[in-house]
Amino acid sequence: MRYETVIGLEVHVELATKSKIFCACSTAFGAAPNTQICPVCTGMPGGIPQLNKGAVTLSMKAGMLLHCEIAGLCGFDKKNYFYPDLPSAYQRTQWYAPIAKNGHLEIETASGKKRVRIKQIHMEEDAGKLIHDEAAGVSLVDYNRAGVPLVEIVSEPDLSSPEEVAAYLNRLRTLLRFAEVSDCRMEQGSMRCDVNLSVRPVGAEALGVRTEIKNMNSISAILRAIEYESARHAAALEAGKILLQETRRWDEMRGVSVAMRDKQSAADYRYFPDPDVMPLAVDAAWKQEVRESLPELPEQKKTRYVRELGLSDYDAGLLCDSHALCRCFEAALAVCQNAKECANWLLSDVLAILKRRQMIADELTLDGHSLGELILLVLAGKVGRANARKILEEMFEGALDPAAYAAKMGFLISRDTDKIGEVIRAVLAENSRALADYLGGKEKAFAALFGACMKQLRGNCDPQMLREMLLEEIQKP
Amino acid sequence: MRRVMLEDMILTKDMPSAAGSRMLAGYVSPFDATVVEKLRESGFEIAGKLPVGEFGIDLVGETCYVGDSAYAAANVLKTDTVMGVIALDVNGAPRRVAAQKGLVCLKPTYGTVSRYGTVAVASSADTVGVLARSAADCGTLFATIATPDARGTTMQARKPVEGRVQRVASLALATDAAVAAKMDAAKGKMCANGIEICEVEAGVIATARACWNTLLCAELSANLSRFDGIKYGHRSASFATLEQLYTESRSEGLGLLVKSAILYGSDVLYGKNYEKKYQKALRVRRVIAEAFRTLFAKYDAVLLPASSKLQYTETDHPFAENLYTAPASLTGLPAVVAGGVQLIGPAFSEERLLAVATLLEEVRR
Repeated sequence: MRYETVIGLEVHVELATKSKIFCACSTAFGAAPNTQICPVCTGMPGGIPQLNKGAVTLSMKAGMLLHCEIAGLCGFDKKNYFYPDLPSAYQRTQWYAPIAKNGHLEIETASGKKRVRIKQIHMEEDAGKLIHDEAAGVSLVDYNRAGVPLVEIVSEPDLSSPEEVAAYLNRLRTLLRFAEVSDCRMEQGSMRCDVNLSVRPVGAEALGVRTEIKNMNSISAILRAIEYESARHAAALEAGKILLQETRRWDEMRGVSVAMRDKQSAADYRYFPDPDVMPLAVDAAWKQEVRESLPELPEQKKTRYVRELGLSDYDAGLLCDSHALCRCFEAALAVCQNAKECANWLLSDVLAILKRRQMIADELTLDGHSLGELILLVLAGKVGRANARKILEEMFEGALDPAAYAAKMGFLISRDTDKIGEVIRAVLAENSRALADYLGGKEKAFAALFGACMKQLRGNCDPQMLREMLLEEIQKP
Repeated sequence: MRRVMLEDMILTKDMPSAAGSRMLAGYVSPFDATVVEKLRESGFEIAGKLPVGEFGIDLVGETCYVGDSAYAAANVLKTDTVMGVIALDVNGAPRRVAAQKGLVCLKPTYGTVSRYGTVAVASSADTVGVLARSAADCGTLFATIATPDARGTTMQARKPVEGRVQRVASLALATDAAVAAKMDAAKGKMCANGIEICEVEAGVIATARACWNTLLCAELSANLSRFDGIKYGHRSASFATLEQLYTESRSEGLGLLVKSAILYGSDVLYGKNYEKKYQKALRVRRVIAEAFRTLFAKYDAVLLPASSKLQYTETDHPFAENLYTAPASLTGLPAVVAGGVQLIGPAFSEERLLAVATLLEEVRR
């Protein structure tokens, strides 16, 4: 029997606001526990929530990027349950009226394009973080994360393979980073994904029993979990065993999914609208403002780069993968006007430096304007390529003026014929053997002499000029 | 004498706030309520805190587990040492206390006094109110605390209603003879001052109690879940699992009336009841608000009792007695109690209502 897998994804994404969704506490990652809290986000008596409009704007952006209908009212419902990481024993979410719905995301796989339907996007507040100290036998709660704004993006079960899931998640991440909705870093928890999966015989209409898998910390872990779970379902169906509809935890170390212990015997969440948060009117003017603030999307940029700037499809594609790369590229381009040079510098040298520093492209903070100036110096023959790379590396440490720095470091190419002549004569004097070899017919000896001169000049010499002058000097009787 | 006392539902940094519950015995808030800040800014001294019935939902403060709070506000006002008592009107207790003890009580329009720093029970209705010996004192304190506050989204800007009360609708709601006598006396005083009184059928307003109990308990059940023994407040000493930590702490920390309210509120939100009971109550709320709008097109105020009797016994229950206080709680309309009776006015008509209260208030020796 052949089986097919049916997958739907629930992706939680932390919105890139400076403050939490219902209070002014900071959302900065990595602070000491319980230092970014207040009465509102810790459920103390007397706190009253105040909706962060910036979070609503970013949610609308996410909705528009995914071609959704945006709701006319933004309200919140209380989802009631008890757990130590939930300070008020309810989570504010949008059960009855999500901010956006009925959208789609197009993905590209080896088998072509596919449109994945988005059921809805809703806003909610994050819970705190529980840390279990097994040795001491205690659990600790950190409420820094409680109240951080999230959107949950729910897809229809339109995905059918790990490859499609990877394409979906990567595409979603690119879009959301491009519009600065979220930095989508799974390793920092700003993007989390739960998988809903079922298996059925190929061609069957009805969906099989669905299980939900949680706790995958990277896209590759998600793919592994999907492979495992599909196989588990298929094996059960093949053996005629019953599959339970349940939530399972992915155990990355052992490579298996494990049934989660009953958190709560499925108590009803008793959703009802939160009377503390007056629903916000999302009028046409606000929607228009948000629509106009959306950036040029990656595919539009890529088309423009190829058609108007003459970049290769491959190079344009690489650049458009990263919002930060594009930004740097366009700033550099504005200065030096040479698209191919800018692309080359970014895609070979800059990416290489990033890789050495174990940074991702989106962490690039390099000033594009300065990069443009550096490229101009190279194109004008004022700085050699090798030294330009050194300047570039230095630019990663902090802002600097490439021309001034080059002058300071003695990188500016000299056209001082007297100085060059002096160096040539000195080198020839010291390398009589090589000179003799060359005059005797050994072409390679010229390279050695040339190299020695360059070295003396510390690379700051126009190669063409040096070659001509060296030849001339050698020719002299 | 610019001194006030605060009921324990109003949080203070320098004095504990137990809200009448073992759950919060000894709890000290890390911040002051906005009303406390405003009172201090205006030169008022906070003379102390008064115990309340647990989470403010009982009749007159008889269910306090941290001290003795039955009629506490009245007892303190009798001593003439403070101008007034600032209370949180959750289920009408301050109004009943005023009615039964010859005081004046103002429950302002919802959203005109900041709720920031008060213990939330029914977020869509909780209103900071004032108890005093006279309408004038109520007015002074109201003016002090009814100023804008940027925290929270349920504040409304005030547009005081002009003029004086000339026509009053009197709702026919049953009471005992003593309260009926108070109502007659009040009508007499108003007539003597040129106010026209018309007897009006209560109509849909009589359903306010069932509607209110549904919404009050639903909101309460969610607002009180934060008292879970995890972060602050009472935590049981006897638990072995997380679930027991919750159940034991809350069983020990919460009183019977509050528990029954939580259960009732959880039930009206559960499964199909959400539509059948909770959403229906929301619709009835709107219908009752409409009924008041219709009355206020013809009348300047609505007269009704604040309680069914002047003295409660063991058999009286707050979820039955709130028949009289529920209409103003539900609609957020301002209500004033004086001379043992209650007047409800349109939004922002507090000054006009207090002017009538001046006529009705019991003269103090």
